[in-house]
Amino acid sequence: MKAICLYFQIHQPFRLKNYRFFDIGNDHYYYDDFANDDIITRIAERSYMPAARTLLEMIRDNGKKFKVAFSISGTALEQFEQYVPEFIDVLKELASTGCVEFLSETYAHSLSSLVDPDEFIEQVQVHDEKIEQMFGQKPKVFRNTELIYNDDIAAMVASMGFKGAITEGAKHILGWKSPNYLYKSAAAPKLKLLLKNSKLSDDISFRFSNPDWAAYPLTADKYIGWISNLPEEEQLINLFMNFETLGELQPRETGIFEFMKALPRFAMENGILFMTPSEVVSKMRAVGELSVLHPISWADEARDTSAWMGNIMQDEAVHKLYSVGERVRMCDDRRLKQDWYYLQASDHFFYMSTKHADDGSVHSHYSPYDSPYAAFTNYMNVLSDFMTRVEEQYPSEIGNEELNSLLLTIRNQEKEIEALNREVTLLHTNIDKDLTGDFAPVAAEVKAEPEAEPEKKPAKKAPAKKAATKKAPSKKATAKKTAAKK
Amino acid sequence: MKALMFGWEFPPHILGGLGTASFGLTKGMAQCGDMDITFVIPKPWGDEPKDFARIIGANSTPIAWRDVSTDYVESRLGKVMDPQLYFDLRDHIYSDFNYMNTNDLGCIEFSGRYPDNLLEEINNYSIVAGVIARTVDFDVIHSHDWLTYPAGIHAKQVTGKPFVIHVHATDFDRSRGNVNPTVFNIERDGMLHADHIITVSNLTRQTVIEKYGIPAEKVTTVHNAVEPLSEELLNLEVPEKHEKVVTFLGRITMQKGPEYFVEAAWQVLQKVHNVQFVMAGSGDMMEKMIRLAARRHIADRFHFTGFLKGKQVYEMLKASDVYIMPSVSEPFGISPLEAMQMGVPSIISKQSGCAEILDNVIKVDYWDTNAIADAIYSIIQYPAMYKHLREQGLDEVNRITWDKAGAKVINIYKQLM
Repeated sequence: MKAICLYFQIHQPFRLKNYRFFDIGNDHYYYDDFANDDIITRIAERSYMPAARTLLEMIRDNGKKFKVAFSISGTALEQFEQYVPEFIDVLKELASTGCVEFLSETYAHSLSSLVDPDEFIEQVQVHDEKIEQMFGQKPKVFRNTELIYNDDIAAMVASMGFKGAITEGAKHILGWKSPNYLYKSAAAPKLKLLLKNSKLSDDISFRFSNPDWAAYPLTADKYIGWISNLPEEEQLINLFMNFETLGELQPRETGIFEFMKALPRFAMENGILFMTPSEVVSKMRAVGELSVLHPISWADEARDTSAWMGNIMQDEAVHKLYSVGERVRMCDDRRLKQDWYYLQASDHFFYMSTKHADDGSVHSHYSPYDSPYAAFTNYMNVLSDFMTRVEEQYPSEIGNEELNSLLLTIRNQEKEIEALNREVTLLHTNIDKDLTGDFAPVAAEVKAEPEAEPEKKPAKKAPAKKAATKKAPSKKATAKKTAAKK
Repeated sequence: MKALMFGWEFPPHILGGLGTASFGLTKGMAQCGDMDITFVIPKPWGDEPKDFARIIGANSTPIAWRDVSTDYVESRLGKVMDPQLYFDLRDHIYSDFNYMNTNDLGCIEFSGRYPDNLLEEINNYSIVAGVIARTVDFDVIHSHDWLTYPAGIHAKQVTGKPFVIHVHATDFDRSRGNVNPTVFNIERDGMLHADHIITVSNLTRQTVIEKYGIPAEKVTTVHNAVEPLSEELLNLEVPEKHEKVVTFLGRITMQKGPEYFVEAAWQVLQKVHNVQFVMAGSGDMMEKMIRLAARRHIADRFHFTGFLKGKQVYEMLKASDVYIMPSVSEPFGISPLEAMQMGVPSIISKQSGCAEILDNVIKVDYWDTNAIADAIYSIIQYPAMYKHLREQGLDEVNRITWDKAGAKVINIYKQLM
């Protein structure tokens, strides 16, 4: 019995506005609202909305035998909430059918898995919480930004409790092996791997409407025929693509929606099932281990990470950004955190790519900039302002460790004060009891003795609680000040 | 005295320092009194200042006879020239140029820039110069830079009047020694035909004498000067910067030594963190410089603004704490003077012409990135240094005026007559 595992990626970055040198230090809003609104509204209208409705229809028509998975970045979800809330409703409707699985990924569609493990783990948690809160299901299978994967990432993902991960069936990794099996990671054998079938996925994504293609026109009948003619042992066909494929990359006029609608019928006739990634992970057995030393992805011909970290500009931008990672995670300024996420979107680095020929055209097609150099200078201007803001919170002269310990003291102080407070009230009630004639329990007195000082202070002033709470913020402030002075 | 000047650029439509210098000199000479200057440029736009010189556009000078009415000429050229002048010029067409590509008025089109067919434009310009030289009355011919030397030579051959050329730059400066032989020949031809040669600095004078083999007594240096800035520019409002700003402003080309600035910036950033470096302008080395900044890991502190025009230049200067011009070879270099006018302390290379006349600046060898870094550091770290250079520099630059340069040029004219 063969199974198709269908998964769509939805991601939109917050594009940056033209941020001039003069804006550094003066303007802390970085985004091109008009472009962001315009692009997501247009794509939603042409692709996301009709495509999601089509999927919904397919689920209903096929008695829930049609299944699909989504991976939606946090930045895309935020943009939907802001600009196309009706799409969220459709997604919720899809979620309620029980045939749709939502996958885990980094909130910001970031490259953190390659550079900053702490950030990576935190972002995955933030993303999964958002998914759970919106769609009521906790992601069980992990999919990294642009299917980036290697052994180190596998270990991190497995340690977070995921049972499966999705990545690219890169030829240089697979060699003679076929992507149409379930594999497991060599670094973390408990982690099962679903590999993208590039040929069949790209047939839909890129070749579907190309009249020069030998297989044109592609019909559902023909397509399912290819799948059922695969060797009997190859049971898992992973079709992973961008959701924009339906309606944007392949416009409605190409008949893409009708093609999709016809897929389940022909699949069923040939005894092919649809499965979600977590079903695959729980029902199928892995046939072998895969070891990936250098990161792979689903981008470009090389299927590596050179689309985002392939030249010195990209390296510089990525490493400058993550150099402040630890500090940003320490602070609780919400706007700063938001910008931190938005600036991490892999797209910003994609725009800086200087790869030419075939791959280059894809880069320039998606880029809002005239050249990779313009993309870089604009991003660095924004990043420069962002880093100044981080520095205002925590001056760079203080080392990360020192800062950490200071923050720890501040946080502990709060807890300490709280604990002392509780004791004070306890003693207070004891004193009250004393006055009323009751004998105080010995245990409480003994416990209070080591902390003689805080006991005295509130004793002078009657409303002990008030005094203590007043003290707390002032202590915190002085601690922060000393941190700043240092 | 009447002078016929040939130039390529004139404010406000300028592409480089040539236009600014030509205009300043013309104005300075007019201030000395008793000067009547006719200034020829390839393509006037109509908004050029006309108080000091009569402007004739090469693209509105007929070289082929066309039977047109006064009204038609008025409607076509009214913005840039008096129709009567058109007819006067038309009366002096000296040959049949109908084989040339001319328009409805019998004129050749000019781009007025530096197009790929520059040599063709230079040649056309000298054809037009023949008509103008036969029409206009003058005592001396003055050609600004190599583009107009052929025109000057033509005018001299037609009228026999004394011919002065003004060397704003040589190809040795532009190419770091990799001279284009065609350009070199045009330059040398002009120098040989000239009765006197004016250079903008002693540095350029040496180049002319040594590289082009011109007798020293035929070459005189007249340093450039600066126009006082308007109140509007001096009081520009710019967003306040919270950090020190070090600025490089100019074409990002080999001649300007941008790489030495990046290297020095890297050194400074090892010591002080709150400095921003700006490379304003564009040029064929810009992408290379962006990569260099990234490779030195200073891209968050090193910014590129792209080409700045008009007021943006002064906004940039106003926001700067240090101005730097590490030119490898600069015939004069007017931009540090403008920076000083805006009260910005400047660092210039010893290899630039303006270093000969400036005292209250820091002079370094362009290749000495250690010295450049030291200079930047001292200006941003020691307020006394900044204050001294700012105040003394302002005072100094205000005394460098074009009328003094103009008087020197007039003096040269007198000796030739």
